[in-house]
Formats: sequence, C-alpha cells, structure tokens
Amino acid sequence: MLLAKIVGTVVATRKDPRLEGQKLMLARPVDPSGTIDGGYLVAVDTVDAGVGETVLVVSGSSARMASGMKDCPVDAAIVGIVDAVEVS
Amino acid sequence: MQVALVVGDIVATRKDASLSGLTLLVVQPLDPAGQPVGRALVAADAAGAGVGEQVFFVRGREAAFPFYPVEPPVDAAIVGIVDQWSAEGAAAPASQT
Amino acid sequence: MIVGRVVGPLVATHKHRKFEGSTLLLVQPLGEGDVSRGPALLAVDTVGAGVHEKVLLVLDGKAAGDAMQKKGAPVDAAIVGIIDYVDIPS
Repeated sequence: MLLAKIVGTVVATRKDPRLEGQKLMLARPVDPSGTIDGGYLVAVDTVDAGVGETVLVVSGSSARMASGMKDCPVDAAIVGIVDAVEVS
Repeated sequence: MQVALVVGDIVATRKDASLSGLTLLVVQPLDPAGQPVGRALVAADAAGAGVGEQVFFVRGREAAFPFYPVEPPVDAAIVGIVDQWSAEGAAAPASQT
Repeated sequence: MIVGRVVGPLVATHKHRKFEGSTLLLVQPLGEGDVSRGPALLAVDTVGAGVHEKVLLVLDGKAAGDAMQKKGAPVDAAIVGIIDYVDIPS
C-alpha cells in the first residue's frame, strides 16, 4: 500500500454505473515523513477521508477487496486514515 | 517478491473493517547490495516482523492470502524475515521503478 | 514471463508456512542484450536453478502458485525454467 496525501476531490457525472455514489479523491503519494513524492492518482474513498489527510491507498486488484468495492472497476482505494507514521 | 527493510509502523484508527488487528509496517525495498531502491510502501505483516528487520514481501492480490479466510484490502504483505542473503556476479545496482 | 539472472540465494527461517521447503532466489530481470532492467526481485525456485543461470520467471501470483503446486500461497514470482539460449533472428 502507498501512503498518500489527499489533495482534492474528483467529480464525474458520466461514469461506470458501478462507480455511482462513490467518492473519488485526488491523492499524491508521500514518503514516510510526509513529503510529496511522485505524481497524482485517483482513488475511491471507502473510509470517509478528507482533503489534507494522509491515507493508506491499496492498488491493483486488491482494491476491489475494500468494503463495497466488489466487482467495481477500480484499481486504487483509500482503506485507512493514517494517525501517525512512526519511523525510527 | 522483494527484499526490504522495515523502517516504521503505521497507526490508523479509521480504516477498512477487515484491516482491524493487522499490523501495518513501512518497508523500504532494497537492492541486492542492500541499498534502498524505489519508494517506501506500507505492507501488512504476516511474519511477526519489527522495525529494523530485513524482510521479504509479496505484492498484489496474493498479499491477502496469509490472512485467509479474511480478505483484507492489502496489496503488499510481509511473508518472511530474512536471515541472510548473498548476491554474486550479476548484482548490478538496480534502477528505480 | 520475463528473463532474469539468478544473483544469489536468500535464507529465511521465519516465513509463511506455504514457503516451507521452497528455495528463494534473488533474480535480476534482464532486458535486451542481457542488460539489467529494473530492481532485483525475489522468486521461488521450482526448477533447481543456480547462481548466474539465466531463468524464465513468471510474475503473476496465480501462475507462481501453480508452479509451486500450492494453492493460496502468498507468492508473486516463480522461476519456471532455465534458459539455454534466446534466439532473436535479425
């Protein structure tokens, strides 16, 4: 899974019917210290995350194992909100 | 699978219900020379690893297998703790992905 | 499947039970002209490959599990062949 910071939301009216009602977030991967590291990705939010929060993003077919994502055409899902990263 | 160093752990209160009880660790992939390569990521721990240990982890859908019958939404899981490894000959420095 | 070169063995006493009895090898993926390509990875050896040998790798969980003949193994890469040579007619 990736650590990412939510930087925005994505609104799409015309989309796959299985994505209806799903919240799409724009996220940027971060390193363990919170520094943005890399591009952007769009992930389905399954834990009610908000802009500015650091989250856990699961990608690939594993994203469909997130709650409510069964058989959905998604390859990235937000499955946790990070309280703290303890790096020693 | 890849070899990695466990560099930290993650605390997340609000998360997918099937992630409850799983230990989530930050791992930094290593190249055969033991140098960091690529971006650090978060992996679920299925081997009882700790910070500072060298481990190997599996990516993809198979990362959920150790937790069967629960199918947590994880795409990386630590499945072993490395005692030692050696890399000879073709151990060229790996490039970043 | 990809071509790689075995760079060394890896020993892990403490590992998922599905790996028991399996050999784990570090493999460097190779590109054109046998140049190293991308990061080295760890694969389960199912054919008895040795260090320096050029091997055929599957990078798919299902295929790797099949190669190990273990269902539900948390594995994503397996060595399924030792390459004698690659012929690219010009």
